[in-house]
Amino acid sequence: MRRTLLEGLLHRPLSEPPPAVDAAELEAVARAVGVAARARLGRSLSIREIDAGSCNGCELEIIALGNAFYDLERFGLRFVASPRHADVLLVTGPVTRNMRAALLRTWEATPDPKWVVAVGACAHDGGEFAGSYACERSVGAVLPVDLFIPGCPPAPVDLLKGLLGLLTLSAPR
Amino acid sequence: MPTILPELRAATRVEAHHPWPRFVVDVASWRVAGGELAAGRWTLLGLWGEADSVHMAVLRGDRDAIAVLTLPCADRRFPAIGARHAPAIRLERAAQDLFGFAAEGLPDARPWLDHGAWPVRAPLGRAEPVADAAVPYPFLPAEGGALHQIAVGPVHAGIIEPGHFRFHADGETVVRLEERLGYTHKGTEALMQGADLARAARLAGRISGDSTVASALAFAHAVEAALGLAPPPRAVWLRALAAELERLANHLGDVGAVCNDASFAIINAHCAVLRERVLRAAAVAFGHRLMMDRVVPGGVAANLDATGAAAITALVAAVRQRFPRLVELYDSTASLQDRVVGTGRLDPALARQFGCGGFVGRASGRDFDARRWPGYPPYDDLRFDVPVRTEGDVNARVWIRIEEIGASLGLIEQLLAGLPAGDVRAKVGSSAEAEGAALVEGFRGDILAWVRVAADGTVARCHVRDPSWFQWPVLEAAVDGNIVADFPLCNKSFNCAYSGHDL
Ligand code: SF4
Repeated sequence: MRRTLLEGLLHRPLSEPPPAVDAAELEAVARAVGVAARARLGRSLSIREIDAGSCNGCELEIIALGNAFYDLERFGLRFVASPRHADVLLVTGPVTRNMRAALLRTWEATPDPKWVVAVGACAHDGGEFAGSYACERSVGAVLPVDLFIPGCPPAPVDLLKGLLGLLTLSAPR
Repeated sequence: MPTILPELRAATRVEAHHPWPRFVVDVASWRVAGGELAAGRWTLLGLWGEADSVHMAVLRGDRDAIAVLTLPCADRRFPAIGARHAPAIRLERAAQDLFGFAAEGLPDARPWLDHGAWPVRAPLGRAEPVADAAVPYPFLPAEGGALHQIAVGPVHAGIIEPGHFRFHADGETVVRLEERLGYTHKGTEALMQGADLARAARLAGRISGDSTVASALAFAHAVEAALGLAPPPRAVWLRALAAELERLANHLGDVGAVCNDASFAIINAHCAVLRERVLRAAAVAFGHRLMMDRVVPGGVAANLDATGAAAITALVAAVRQRFPRLVELYDSTASLQDRVVGTGRLDPALARQFGCGGFVGRASGRDFDARRWPGYPPYDDLRFDVPVRTEGDVNARVWIRIEEIGASLGLIEQLLAGLPAGDVRAKVGSSAEAEGAALVEGFRGDILAWVRVAADGTVARCHVRDPSWFQWPVLEAAVDGNIVADFPLCNKSFNCAYSGHDL
């Protein structure tokens, strides 16, 4: 135990420099989120993740954001347990019809101002599950989506870029 | 008379079903099969429907023979196996929902996957349009003066899949846990119907994201069995390499996550780093962190080069160096041991009755690993231990995983050392309707895939049974009598799939 802790103190951190968010990406985020967001949030965002019927692949990569390589919390981004504490809803999956009501109720429980980030191909347009009797087809079909992060699943770096864009934008000038 | 299942009197063997036989049986034989299952002489491997028949896959003895039995039911009724053999209940509830069947005598006939939110009833059967038909779902009662209910989900507090847990508790102690699943049902089997093999393989790889390699492999094996196709040796070895990397990533992640649920974060932090290293090596070697869409019927859609092999070699060295110290920490931290030892005990008799696969079964004395039996290449050329324990508690499940991490590292080294040269993909073609089945060992346990390939090379019907079907029900029993606060720990130590189960 002591050896493991001591090593943790002596070694350089594993965390990698944040990925660069390029101007085009930032502009896309800016367009999506709008000016209203900036003043409200400061440099921190509380995120509530909602699996709306994903295959779990997107969740695995979102969980990976917390590991030492990405260390999400150093940017002021953190996952919260309740929608009532959240600024951002991070939604994955093609929104199964069986999850629609729960997704809507979670959104309703989130105080304004709030932003919806759709994560992964499924959340965007149903992905491989488009056209199924059991799916709504996309997050956008159920909630107003502010930002979409593509990928199947998006790698943690892509998730980080999208979220950092949101954060950069929301910082007071 | 089929010698393989002498218990059945009337059965007609179906041609073109591989590698195990399929028999069309009558109602009397179907009931006999139910009796064999109830008596514990057979184990249920799966039960699924088709428009006008119901199938079940059974294992005779511990590792004696496998067969698929089919009962035609044009009138859409059949005697419920679940009437005498509980492991069939949820499968039959699902078959009722999807096909509009009536499983007669089913002790619990509540809908399972159909929450009343679909625009159709019996989507894989007659698919009749319905208006919004959400009906209240009555949970099973528990009676007693001081009992209270706790409802959890479908949206959970952590970053995990959705499902509902209904606890009845007496103070801190769980009196009854009831699961309600189906929230992530995506209609995958309906989408597979009529799809070409490439698309069906992509769907199979998205049944459960953490088992994408194993599910795609089960599907590919079933298709190859149907078509009588042998993928090139290099592809077979690369598939095993991907499968062991997937097992390694999941075991590392979950060992950490179990410790985290016992509020011991440091092991989780270190395990998460090791898991990330596995995914990065996978990305270098196979071009995708989770290795999605890499296993396809006929072979693999990626080849390993020297850079990829070096990344995996470096990974194995890193895990071998770092992981043993975490194991030592796990084993010597009294506060952690206090939480995991004796918690969430699964009775070996239940594990056997439900045919629990993977670490859930092997931590409760069920010595079954599909890599070993029925077995599939290249594992017959490789050396590996299959750990088995009998305590059945959270600690035993963690230990099985710890030992399997060691076994997977050994397998990865052998696979890299012996990797054959040559092609990685065989041409896939079909000329006549054919059926195939396969059993593949994912990190959670054995995945059953069954497929009928049409003459034009599309999928006529495919069913993939995730190991979770036989693990979720016994979690309810394992939690009994534990305190509510230990539920996350018990649940994580099972780590059943929601999407894999709901399909
Ligand atoms: S986008 Fe891909 S990884 Fe994410 S839920 Fe959909 S299928 Fe799974």
